[in-house]
Amino acid sequence: MATTAGQAKRFQASSESPLSVLLRVALIVFFDAGAAWFIQKALVQDFIQLAIVIGIITLMFNLIFLLPKAYPFRWMAFGLGFLILFTIYPMVFTIYIAFTNYGDGHLLTKDQAIPLIEKIKYLPEGGASYSWTAYKSPDGKYALWLVDPDGNSFLCKQDEPIIAAKPGDPGVGAADSKGIPASVEGYERLNKLLAASDKTLPDIKFGTEDGITVQISTPSLASALQVRYKYDLASDTVVDQENGDIYLNERGTFTTKDGKTIKPGFREVVGLENFVNFLTSPALRGPLVTIMVWNFVFPTISVLSTFSLGLAIAIMYNDKDFPLKKLIRTLLLIPYTIPSVITILIWRGMLNTEFGVINRILNDMFGWAPPWTVEAFWARVAVLLVNLWLGFPYMMLVTSGALQSIPSDLYEAATIDGAGGWRRFTAITLPLLLVAVGPLLIASFVFNFNNFGLIYLFIGGGPPIAGASTQAGYTDILISYVYNLAFASSGRGVQYGLASAISIVLFFIVGSITLFQYRYTRMWEEVSENV
Amino acid sequence: MSKQIQPNLFGSQKFQKKLSVAIRLVIAVFLILFAIFPVLWIISASFDNSNSLATQSLIPAQAGLKNYQRLFNMDPNFAFSDLSYWRWLFNSVKVSGISTLLSLALTTMAAYAFSRLRFAGRVTLLKAILLIQVFPNLLALIAIYVIIFQFGEIIPALGLNTHAGLIMVYLGGSMGMNIWLMKGFLDTIPRAIDESGMVDGASNFQIFWGLLLPLLRPILVVIGILSFIGTYGDFILARILLTDVNQYTLMVGLQIFTAGQFDKKWGVFAAGALLGALPVMITYLTLQDQIAGGLTAGAVKE
Repeated sequence: MATTAGQAKRFQASSESPLSVLLRVALIVFFDAGAAWFIQKALVQDFIQLAIVIGIITLMFNLIFLLPKAYPFRWMAFGLGFLILFTIYPMVFTIYIAFTNYGDGHLLTKDQAIPLIEKIKYLPEGGASYSWTAYKSPDGKYALWLVDPDGNSFLCKQDEPIIAAKPGDPGVGAADSKGIPASVEGYERLNKLLAASDKTLPDIKFGTEDGITVQISTPSLASALQVRYKYDLASDTVVDQENGDIYLNERGTFTTKDGKTIKPGFREVVGLENFVNFLTSPALRGPLVTIMVWNFVFPTISVLSTFSLGLAIAIMYNDKDFPLKKLIRTLLLIPYTIPSVITILIWRGMLNTEFGVINRILNDMFGWAPPWTVEAFWARVAVLLVNLWLGFPYMMLVTSGALQSIPSDLYEAATIDGAGGWRRFTAITLPLLLVAVGPLLIASFVFNFNNFGLIYLFIGGGPPIAGASTQAGYTDILISYVYNLAFASSGRGVQYGLASAISIVLFFIVGSITLFQYRYTRMWEEVSENV
Repeated sequence: MSKQIQPNLFGSQKFQKKLSVAIRLVIAVFLILFAIFPVLWIISASFDNSNSLATQSLIPAQAGLKNYQRLFNMDPNFAFSDLSYWRWLFNSVKVSGISTLLSLALTTMAAYAFSRLRFAGRVTLLKAILLIQVFPNLLALIAIYVIIFQFGEIIPALGLNTHAGLIMVYLGGSMGMNIWLMKGFLDTIPRAIDESGMVDGASNFQIFWGLLLPLLRPILVVIGILSFIGTYGDFILARILLTDVNQYTLMVGLQIFTAGQFDKKWGVFAAGALLGALPVMITYLTLQDQIAGGLTAGAVKE
């Protein structure tokens, strides 16, 4: 405590020059102005959570740069800012999404969806009010000349607002015998018969969504459309103006009692629904059980196989005077030195069932080759094989490092006691080695538990599980399944909510494994001790 | 075998040893074949003008540089409109370079504070930063996507399909382990150096910049190279945040070869893969001792 106080005094004692104070305050003012602008923009767009996070970071910056006591944090302010914005906030946001129905059909917020719903219009029966004449441009655009019962005339070009107009106005031709302009600039008048038989004309809504909209209702009359839905805030319902149906807010979709719905729906908190779906939905359960089991089998076998091969190599070539030791090690290290995305894609080509080199060789030698991409079993073998290739050099590196730290007198003592080679390995090498590299094995397990790159790039999760309601394959692990749900929409569309719920399950699994690892190593205590 | 047949011969021990070395050398040959076969294969494929997966052999039948010409769009007969290799390579180097420099700056400064300054909550904060990094940002993929989308609605230059947005996300994930490593190295630099600076009236920043940073240079280079290679090889964040072919990084760009008929673009892919991998491979192999040291520094401590 005493040192803390002394140190704090020293921060101030290393007295700042007036220029530096000025710079600091200017920086903060500048930052605050930017943040205020950003927050205001975010609120306009309805990004409330983002606005809150930026607000928190801004507050933190102000405290850090204005309070002398917070001096040490100035050294890490920007790092902490990015950490909050792109690591902590996404975690919190993932949790939030997991409790909502966010996804296709529910992408908007309620405040964005209701105005859209209230823009939907319908053509009322018997609401005829204009007689019309149609014009068509060479590129297939239409225009209407409307006359209401009082004799007022209007011109409406497709996709433009309706304007009051008279024959002879700029761009409008002179009136014919019935008072209708013979031409409109850029358009050609259609005769009654042509207009009445035109197939597209009756579907066009003239005017703009915000203003008056007019649609042709009979061969001689056009009507102004009316707003179809009215939202009632007090009861949180929507009433259909055409037939009086009442739509209730059912988990982000306005729905009638007999199941009619209005699009778009909107994002709403749905509680545990995604988690319940994850665990109980029969459509999901089949593929999910398969994926879950494989998600544990895959990293387990991967860690065991890479560790065994890496250790075997480390032991075999551990002698100091082994010939060509350095060269062998370097060549064996090569798989580790190539970016894994590239090697995974190379293996994808080499293990191609039809044309790949491996299968061409096997076919020549045995007349048979495994259908790597077609059969679930062989696809999994292929994934494990590729991962063995990718992973053994790392294990070789870390185990040969750890082997050298085992004192050689232990082996001498064991030999004197009559222990054979295998006994020495199981009683001395392996236990001591596991103490040293155990944490790395756990880290490797966690990495492979979420090894999206391998699964996705090598085989895309395939071969597909038949009958799965969402895209899922026999080599899919949870994280690649999450990716399918969120980004590779097929059939059901993207489902951010469900995908986030599964991510949370992954958070828990990864978190508990790693916490176990921290307890197991001394890293945690070291943080506390190294004061 | 040697032991039973010639138990009494002088030198049997030596012979046994030689035999063991010979067997291990033979095994080494097979292991090395396993390790480098894909590399040999891709080198051969890149010089095979047929550009086909189905007919390629280890010694190309029609050897030549056609695939490299195709890779750089110099072959009018090879139609692959989305191909812009230089652009991808440039994007990768740009994104990884900027992220690495910025993240080095952020982590080194933070590590300095953790190593040299004493303040309330120091240990708790260090633990918290480490703990948060337990969760790879891969798991919050959807949230990151939505956040960057929202950023883009406010500041288009930071949104989806921008490199700046991608770099920000990389920076957010760069703190944890690197701070820990860097603090470890800073702790090994004697405080006497700081104190000598203090006596001369230097500010904290002057001590950091003028005295400590030069001493940190070797480790900065290693961490920097590792971090550059890591970012260069990242796939998924770049894949979801970048949507336009011209904005792709190399790893994302190479993936689009697999769409459609991979076997008909195999040679061109091989050329691109080789060019993309070689610089990283060479760097790794030259620096393998330093890198192995950096790798194990966190866990294997004596």
